[in-house]
Formats: sequence, C-alpha cells, structure tokens
Amino acid sequence: MAEASYPEDLKYHEEHDWARIDGEEATFGITWYAQDALGEVVFFDPPEIGAQVAKDQSYAEVESVKAVSDVFAPLSGEIVAVNEELADSPERINEDPYGDGWLVRVRLSDPSEVDALLDADAYERLLETSG
Amino acid sequence: MPPTADTLRRTPLFDRHEAAGARLVPFAGWEMPVQYEGIRQEHVAVRTSAGMFDVSHMGEIETVGPEAERLLQRLLSNDVTQIAERGAQYSVLCRPDGGVLDDLFTYRLADDRFLTVTNAANHDKDLAWFRDHAEGFDAEARDAHGEWAMIAVQGPEARAALERIADGELPKRMRTADLPVAGVTCLVCGTGYTGEDGCELMVPPDGAAPVWDALLREEVRPAGLGARDTLRLEVCFHLYGNDLSEDRNPVEAGLGWCCKLDTGFIGADALRDLEPEQQLVPFAFTGPGIPRQGNDVRTEHGDGVVTSGSLSPCLETGIGLAYVPTAAAAVGTPIEVDVRSKPRAAEVREKPLYAPPRKRGGGKRR
Repeated sequence: MAEASYPEDLKYHEEHDWARIDGEEATFGITWYAQDALGEVVFFDPPEIGAQVAKDQSYAEVESVKAVSDVFAPLSGEIVAVNEELADSPERINEDPYGDGWLVRVRLSDPSEVDALLDADAYERLLETSG
Repeated sequence: MPPTADTLRRTPLFDRHEAAGARLVPFAGWEMPVQYEGIRQEHVAVRTSAGMFDVSHMGEIETVGPEAERLLQRLLSNDVTQIAERGAQYSVLCRPDGGVLDDLFTYRLADDRFLTVTNAANHDKDLAWFRDHAEGFDAEARDAHGEWAMIAVQGPEARAALERIADGELPKRMRTADLPVAGVTCLVCGTGYTGEDGCELMVPPDGAAPVWDALLREEVRPAGLGARDTLRLEVCFHLYGNDLSEDRNPVEAGLGWCCKLDTGFIGADALRDLEPEQQLVPFAFTGPGIPRQGNDVRTEHGDGVVTSGSLSPCLETGIGLAYVPTAAAAVGTPIEVDVRSKPRAAEVREKPLYAPPRKRGGGKRR
C-alpha cells in the first residue's frame, strides 16, 4: 500500500496497532505507519489460539529481513483466531494492513478498555508530533 | 557518546540517496542508506541484473616506501609478496594473541605502493596500528580516507554496464586498473562482497556523483547496506563486528587459508598448531523462523552463538553464521537456535549457502 491511511472505523494504540471492535470481539493488526517503518514483512509468528493477551503487552512478532518488531495488544482478551494466510504470505501485512493483513481475533475480557484507545485523528496527530 | 545527526559523516553521494528516497541510518559514524525500495528487491536486482552500493564510508590506508611490502608482510596475515602489481589480496590484521583487528583488502598499485581498504568502524584503529608498527621500516602509512569515494557495482550484468561507460578494458577478478569511468578517472578493482561478478570503483570524491548518475542511466539499481549484508551472508563472507572481533582468531573464523604463518606476521605465533574449541559455520533453518545475531545455539556437543542471521531472500529460509563447538562443525550436523526463547531447528551447511549460477562447482572466494 503506497499511501498512508488511517481508517476512521478503527481504534488505535500508540504502539502503532489497530483494533476493529465488533461487539465482544475485536480484530487486531498493525498500522500503515508500523508496516512502513518495518519494511517488507517476511515472517509473522502468531500466538496460539486460546492464549491470553494483555493490553499494552507484546503478543506476537513481525519480522522484516533485517529487523524484529514486537506487536502490542491494544486490548486484553483471549485469542480466538489467527490469520493463517500470513504463514505463506506475510507480505499481506504490507499490502493491506487493515484488511487481508489482519493478525488475530480476540474475545475481549474488558471492553471498557476501548475508551483508552485513540481515534484516527488522535493517532495521526501522535504521528505528526512524534515526527 | 553515540554520534547524533549533527556529528554523522555524509558521503559525496548523500544527496543522491535522499533524492532516491533512501532510508538513511547511522552506521559506524556515517549516515548511510540501508535501503531504497526494499532489501529483497535490491538483493534480487544484484543476483539477477546489477546493483550499486555507496560504500564510501569504508576507509583507505596507503602504504608507501621502499619497505612498504616488508611492513605489510609484518602486519597482514596473507603473503603480501604474492600480490602482483595491480593485484588484490584478502587478509586479516591480528594482535599478537591472534585476535582479529580487522579484515582487509589490499591492492598493489606499484612495487612500493599499496592501498588497503578498512572497515569504517576500524579505520582509525587500523591506521594507528599501521603507524605504530611502521617504526624501523622505510615506509609510511598514509590516511587516504578523504581521497576516495567508493562505489561497488555488482551482479551478472555489472561488468556489461560498466563496459558501456568505461574507457578501456575492465580489470579481471582480483586485479585493478586505472580507467576513466563516465569521464572520471577511477581505480577500478575486480573485487566485491556479494559473490557476484562486478567491480568496486575507487572514485575521487567530486567524481562520485557523475559516476553514480551514469550507472543509473545504465539501469544499475541503487542498493543499500541492508541488501549488502544479506548478499554477503548468503555467500558466507565475514562481517567484522559480527563474525570477526578481537576476541576471535582467524583460525576459528575459518580464515586460516589467508594466514601464511611462515611470513612472520604479528599474531602468527599464536595461531601455530592452534586447535580451536569453536568454529564459525554456516547454517540454515530447516523450519520456520529467522536467526539473529546473539541468538544462542545448542548442539549435542555444547553451546554456541549466532554472529550473523537473516532471512535469505534467495533460499527463502533463515540462514546465518554461528560459532559452534568444533565437534558440531561438520556439514549436516543438526543444531538448535534459540530465537527469543523459541527453539528453531537448523543444520550446519556447506559454504557458500547460496552459489550464484556461474560459480556453482567453483567456490573460489571473492
């Protein structure tokens, strides 16, 4: 994806992760900024289904040829699905970070945590101020 | 104190890198392009057509004088008397205890004049070492770092691209020639760090941009230090600071072939009859994962450590170099690499891990 974009319907975490809230579940991924900073993703090591993730904690890693980057959970809960397609095609994270490049689906343990996340405008302002 | 953006040095090609949208990073005190469009694309360009690297951060020491050869024979591990005029040779610089201070290419420009290319991070240290040991020799070690920019042009089509803009015949492998390239007189060296055919151009700094632009017009693709690292790792060339250090000797690093003990170089005595406990070996993952520098290695015969690791763009698997116990160094030995607490299966492999097609069956180094 050549152009930066930050969809309005997502919630953002300052460690450059997004969450698409769907009732008591949410889908997680990394933002356009995160995939651009990392470069071409060549490996995604997913967590196990059933694993617990905690807000602000690393739950997986994405790797480019040269670097490893932790992926932080924007919200707490239990992994109910992982994107199996990424095992063979991790580049989907670059090509479509908010669509085919989703990482995991989580059953939220505390939906009120959503209130602490940023909306698209606030996240873009964060990117501008952190340069 | 780590260098800041204010103190980082820039090569004469800095503007070209910025204009090309390079990602610039601090490297050994220099602000260098790590990638342009992407490490994998640049890697593949060098393996399939031609790429060029700005490696002007690398240093040069010119050793001149009637006893220049004798001085270098004392300092460098290889047999300097075997370098023909206009020839090139790889060697290491050792401490008396055999610890490696640097790995170097030396070119004989004349009977009494040599140019040695240093790693950027080691240049000052090397220069001081050369000078400290020049006492008693009728020879001088000059800092020539400011006199040269350096562009490595590598890939199966690198020579053809250079031939179109060079005036005269390119040097063969491991030879040098003074040639105008795009109208700029360069020291053209038939060497490289990718395993591919090609040349390294030593260019006067103010000529670097015109040469770079001419190569761009010949469709040679800019490639960054990221691709340079993955390319050299696939063919198992050492990187100082990763695979070589003052705490490692050249024998355990697999560089015994360039240590000619009879020449009496500094460190030779320490290397004589050495039976190292560990050896540097290439390895490849047999399953998922990517090894990284510093990962622990476990073998049936004891532990080791990864000194270089990456995904191999050509083999599409995790590869690396690791020091392992000598008993576990045989090709085919299964090893386990601890990648951030995840055990990953790997196997000791033959060198090179990837052989460019024209070289298969060959295996000659650089």
